[in-house]
Amino acid sequence: MTLPELLRFALRGLTGHGLRTALSLLGVSIGIASVLVLTALGDGAKRYVVGQFQSLGTNLLIVLPGKTETSGSFGIGGVPNDLTLDDAEAIERFVPQARRVVPVSMGTEEVAYAGLSRQIAIVGTSPDYLKARQLRMASGEFLPADEFSRGAAVTVLGHKTARELFRGEDPVGKVVRIGGWRMRVIGVLARQGVKLMMDFDDVAVLPVATGMRMFNRPSLFRILVQVHAHTDLDLAKQRILDLLIERHDEEDVTVITQDAVVDTFSAILGTLTLFVTGIAAISLSVAGFGIMNVMLVSVSERTREIGLLKAVGVARRQILAAFVTEAAIISGFGGLLGLALGFALVHLGVRLYPVFEASPPVWAIAAAMAVSLGVGVVFGMLPAWRATKLDPVLALGRR
Amino acid sequence: MIHLAGICRTYQVGDQPVRALVDVDEEIREGEHVAIMGPSGSGKSTLLNVIGCLDRPTAGSYTLGGREVGGLDDSALTQVRRHEIGFVFQFFHLIPRLSAAENVELPMVFAGVPRRERRQRAAAAIAAVGLEERAAHLPEQLSGGERQRVAMARATIMRPALLLADEPTGNLDSKSGNAVLEMLDELSDNGLTLLVVTHNPKVAQRADRILFLVDGRIAKRVAGDQVGELVALLTEDD
Repeated sequence: MTLPELLRFALRGLTGHGLRTALSLLGVSIGIASVLVLTALGDGAKRYVVGQFQSLGTNLLIVLPGKTETSGSFGIGGVPNDLTLDDAEAIERFVPQARRVVPVSMGTEEVAYAGLSRQIAIVGTSPDYLKARQLRMASGEFLPADEFSRGAAVTVLGHKTARELFRGEDPVGKVVRIGGWRMRVIGVLARQGVKLMMDFDDVAVLPVATGMRMFNRPSLFRILVQVHAHTDLDLAKQRILDLLIERHDEEDVTVITQDAVVDTFSAILGTLTLFVTGIAAISLSVAGFGIMNVMLVSVSERTREIGLLKAVGVARRQILAAFVTEAAIISGFGGLLGLALGFALVHLGVRLYPVFEASPPVWAIAAAMAVSLGVGVVFGMLPAWRATKLDPVLALGRR
Repeated sequence: MIHLAGICRTYQVGDQPVRALVDVDEEIREGEHVAIMGPSGSGKSTLLNVIGCLDRPTAGSYTLGGREVGGLDDSALTQVRRHEIGFVFQFFHLIPRLSAAENVELPMVFAGVPRRERRQRAAAAIAAVGLEERAAHLPEQLSGGERQRVAMARATIMRPALLLADEPTGNLDSKSGNAVLEMLDELSDNGLTLLVVTHNPKVAQRADRILFLVDGRIAKRVAGDQVGELVALLTEDD
């Protein structure tokens, strides 16, 4: 008996009870579709987060004051040394892999103009911040290129800040009050949106020295170091760490790569994806039991037919193959339908939430198809085996 | 062709053994037409099932065409059933979703006969039983007599040497029953060994010999034309 003949015979068996077949097929479809949708969701979330990080610049190292380790004994270690502008300059000078070194100090202050005021985030930094963080200007200029320590009284406003405070006026050239300081607005950032929970539209950017004086803090918030290439990251990280240990006489800074942060998020979301896939797999196994049920009913309904098959010399393995094939057809077609359904749902989802570029990963599609066929074979095995075990005399005798 | 020696078949029903066949010895020659009669529960069908390799004897020796088949394994018995034996049943046992022609084709499908040859042989067999116009009909669209003719075409399609019929006319009116019996006679005349289990003396009298079973034993052996002797025995029992 050839495969097409087996398929034909099995198909004829299935069409004998169309509704039952269709319902169990639908069960598999829903299982497969949910696998697809949930993996797409997980994968979309991962892409979204990674995309967010990448929109904040690539090949970045972040130097933070303080050591993220619990120190062994009190007193030793203690308060870390400040992370200073001199440190930033030293990195620029002594770490050749560093392409851009961007000191950042952060705080919040009230920004006021013509009777209106907003409490917003203030970023003190250097001109390279614009490129390292991949920001764009809407009008005017970004911070002037000069040495870190020269703090001019100028500021660049976020898109929303400018709109809210100036109400249609052109802010460039105007003077705003930030805290107790008068600052001349030299530019406005283009609309950036929220990147990683930092609202770059509602912000005021100042020269770093100005910022440090304004917040009266001796230490920088962090230093961003952009290296030339991805492969430089590890070496640059080590160099920076060595340099700062030498300058501070102890290891009181932490250097992280932005990629490490991305990797962590990726891993978390990957686990989450697996988790939801597991839940979907449960629905698939439920569908499997549905198939088993349908096939068991089918075998007991067709007892006489099975008896006849035995009488005309159909071998056990042929009977087994015929019934397993029936189950595999249910699950296989269910799988195809499930793929279609899943893709349709994902497509619909992307239409409704375009930021979420979800699409089912290729591995999930392949796995869903393989699993759906496998489900039929595995869950069809018991009913088919029962069919082969029927005593032909008893089977034929039943009316 | 068939040699039975000391054949026993014992079932276990609850804790009680039921002896369906007890020490059956019989020799059936090739081309013989033999009827098996007896009261209900006398073991007629069990004997037919044992001879048809659907059931195994619990003791004794069964030789079919010179080969001991009592001890063959399942797949060997499947081969014997496939190539050497045809079955005709009281309730036809056609597969309801397959057409008449497809029912006839069925044994060949599983025996691996190529499609084209299958089609030709099935069409010829359907024509031989006078149903070429109904070849595409489903069993439910056929009369009882027509169904049994399809079943006979199916039983002979693998060209077996032995045809076993269990009450082949039991579910038919006398006219279609006669047509079926005519066909069986014709097969027998063509050299097929034929065993028919029946209650009906008119069916039995067509046979060369009649075996009369009582309580799992062959109680009487008579020639076909002496069926009258048995009628009394049958009515007495009922």
